[in-house]
Amino acid sequence: MFEALGQRFSSIFSGLRGKVSESDLKTFTSQIKNALLESDVSLSVADSFSNRIYEKAVERSEEINKSINPAQKIFEIVNLELTQILGGESRRVRYAKTSPTVILLIGLQGAGKTTLAGKLANYLKADGNTPLLVAADLQRPNAVTQLQVVGNSVNVPVFAPEPGNGVGDPVSVAKLSLNFAKDKLHNFVIIDTAGRTGIDEELMQQLNSIKATVNPNETFFVVDSMIGQNAVVTAQAFLAGVGFDAVVLTKLDGDARGGAALSIVEVTKKPIIFASTGEKINDFDLFYPDRMASRILGMGDIASLAESAKRAIPEEASKKLEDKFNKGEEFTFEDFLSQLEAMKNMGSISKLLGLLPNAVGLKKQLNNFDDTELVRTRAIIESMTPLERSNPKVLNGSRRARISRGSGRAISEINSLVERFAQAQKVMKQMRGGNMPAGLGSLPGMGQPVKPKQQEQSFKKKSRSGNPAKRALEEGN
Amino acid sequence: MSLFKRLFTAIRSGSVSPDEWEQLRGTLISSDLGANLVDEVIEQAKSMKADDAVLSITKLVSSWLSDKSRALKKEHDRLTTILIVGVNGTGKTTSTAKIATKLINDGNKVLLAAADTFRAAATEQLQTWAERIKTPVVTGEANSDPASVAFNAVTKAKAEDFQYLIIDTAGRLHNKQDLMDELGKVVRVTNKHSQVDEVLLVIDATTGQNGINQAKVFIDAVGVTGFIITKLDGSAKGGVALAIEKQTGLPIKFVGTGEGVLDLSPFDSTAYIQGLFN
Ligand SMILES: Nc1nc2c(ncn2[C@@H]2O[C@H](COP(=O)(O)OP(=O)(O)OP(=O)(O)O)[C@@H](O)[C@H]2O)c(=O)[nH]1
Ligand SMILES: [Mg+2]
Repeated sequence: MFEALGQRFSSIFSGLRGKVSESDLKTFTSQIKNALLESDVSLSVADSFSNRIYEKAVERSEEINKSINPAQKIFEIVNLELTQILGGESRRVRYAKTSPTVILLIGLQGAGKTTLAGKLANYLKADGNTPLLVAADLQRPNAVTQLQVVGNSVNVPVFAPEPGNGVGDPVSVAKLSLNFAKDKLHNFVIIDTAGRTGIDEELMQQLNSIKATVNPNETFFVVDSMIGQNAVVTAQAFLAGVGFDAVVLTKLDGDARGGAALSIVEVTKKPIIFASTGEKINDFDLFYPDRMASRILGMGDIASLAESAKRAIPEEASKKLEDKFNKGEEFTFEDFLSQLEAMKNMGSISKLLGLLPNAVGLKKQLNNFDDTELVRTRAIIESMTPLERSNPKVLNGSRRARISRGSGRAISEINSLVERFAQAQKVMKQMRGGNMPAGLGSLPGMGQPVKPKQQEQSFKKKSRSGNPAKRALEEGN
Repeated sequence: MSLFKRLFTAIRSGSVSPDEWEQLRGTLISSDLGANLVDEVIEQAKSMKADDAVLSITKLVSSWLSDKSRALKKEHDRLTTILIVGVNGTGKTTSTAKIATKLINDGNKVLLAAADTFRAAATEQLQTWAERIKTPVVTGEANSDPASVAFNAVTKAKAEDFQYLIIDTAGRLHNKQDLMDELGKVVRVTNKHSQVDEVLLVIDATTGQNGINQAKVFIDAVGVTGFIITKLDGSAKGGVALAIEKQTGLPIKFVGTGEGVLDLSPFDSTAYIQGLFN
């Protein structure tokens, strides 16, 4: 399904060649809308967003038609709009005027609050703070134990005066925790609460009492990035019932498109502040609006790709590729082969390719790529001349026939390899920045961690806190 | 009157306005059925004869449901083993306790296995449930091999003539190959000693279109035999489950409707489909 989405986008853009008429734009926006729906953006938001794109595109139609690549121009508009909505309000954690700063975590069951509490504590601690974790989920069996284990693993104390499992009053635990924190000089208090559905009035009321009692500086609504259309209803229920200041998206290491992020931000006007990206304590990051935009659009996420590649592709191979990138050299059959070999080793090939824009076909082929095929591919490539290896265009019929004889493989196999290579070469070219769909940025080199500029900027906004420590939380990372 | 009924009254009288079609589309999309399936329903509905439109639409949607048995398997001459799998936080551990309760109430002797050795306090969570429902549970050390917990549990279950063994596993995202391999190993090791009869994939009703990916990958990796849709007591309709049944042909066996052990029901397709249209 998601492949279909990627394909749809490729075809939307390739359909927009030459002069773009108003009716082209209409078709385009309705396709955008469908694509957003497939990414779990809620209907009303998909509607209003695509309408806005339409208006903007009409406004700028002259500029679009003048550009050499109108499709790219429109994509820029879409991507920018999305990035702006997602990142418009990005900000750092607000400190209390007088310590402790109280952070309340709320959300549905299974959203990932307890794990997040530990990550947040660890993150704050790494920045020189002295957080306290508070076990106020007294409902789910052993939620208290879970928080204790998590707290232990990051060396952060856990305030857990009640055993939980249905015993104890979360409101009074929350209240007591503040005195405890002041006493022990903790400058942050992170309160974990029980998950609840947005329609459980009694439990929403309870959350309200907790909030009224501790008067948190920050209430974070924690939401699973796999959530579907219900995201809006739920976010509204929590906003109206309890209120929150920012959103944390969890399980972003999965392959959900995460359209809910857009829905929630649009509807609640609250910013997404953090992203939770795995089960380990360090799998926690700032929220990067531009990454999320590409993800929702199904256009791949070059920054994440570069990071995964860095982890997965052996040092040597990636160094070689990086050099080529830097020198602007042609991507050759040999690179293709060594890349296939490297990728074969890393297991996470589908994930990696899922992150590539326009790599839909390539991904499918590589998924079906077994070891014997690797051997056959090598045989074919080794039967090519150096010229042929770097330039597939010279591979005419007679050359292909010769390679076929030399490698003992059928012509059809040679043909399909050449086609596959051409596709890979194209992707590589795009990644170098030349024909890259706008807004995705270029790939500065696979050997280095990538920090897209836009992401940094969005966090360089003025501090809203009066914290003298001046240690921007967001820079800790 | 529900939208469903209103609409079909309108279809009968042959006067559905474009607005009303949009409204139906909106309702169905909001239930997470997925835009493609929704359009399929609408297209067919538009071309239906007015008289029997209600029936035909219900039929159409019902035809997407799996025709496989929704009953939990039961082997009469040997141990029946159920493996509970799914992504993080969907309700696996709770569902394990719920299914155990149901089986115990039906007169079976049930053993639990806490094969989530990874998440903090996951073992303790299942132990608490086991105490509450008064049934034994086999556990392992934190971070030990889940397959060895499963092995110990199977050995005990066979030696002590349990009728059912239910193995709770750690939540894992389907795109993590190593974790899927780990699950494959649990199945292989268990199978060597006693056949795994049911592999139930737990899907959260709030899940969007990603549910389809989850189902596909878990089916490929560990041969899922059916689904449990949890958290249907919330405001989510769980429409992706219908899309999943349609694509995989496998049945939803249970639905979870709350946090207590009794909040588990067999899948009622009529109520579920009506829910999607409301
Ligand atoms: N409202 C509601 N909550 C549920 C249901 N099933 C489970 N839950 C809740 O969802 C949360 C997560 O449930 P668990 O059973 O711990 O989920 P899990 O899949 O075992 O989680 P991990 O092992 O961490 O992946 C808990 O708070 C449960 O009480 C349900 O049907 N309805
Ligand atoms: Mg569990």
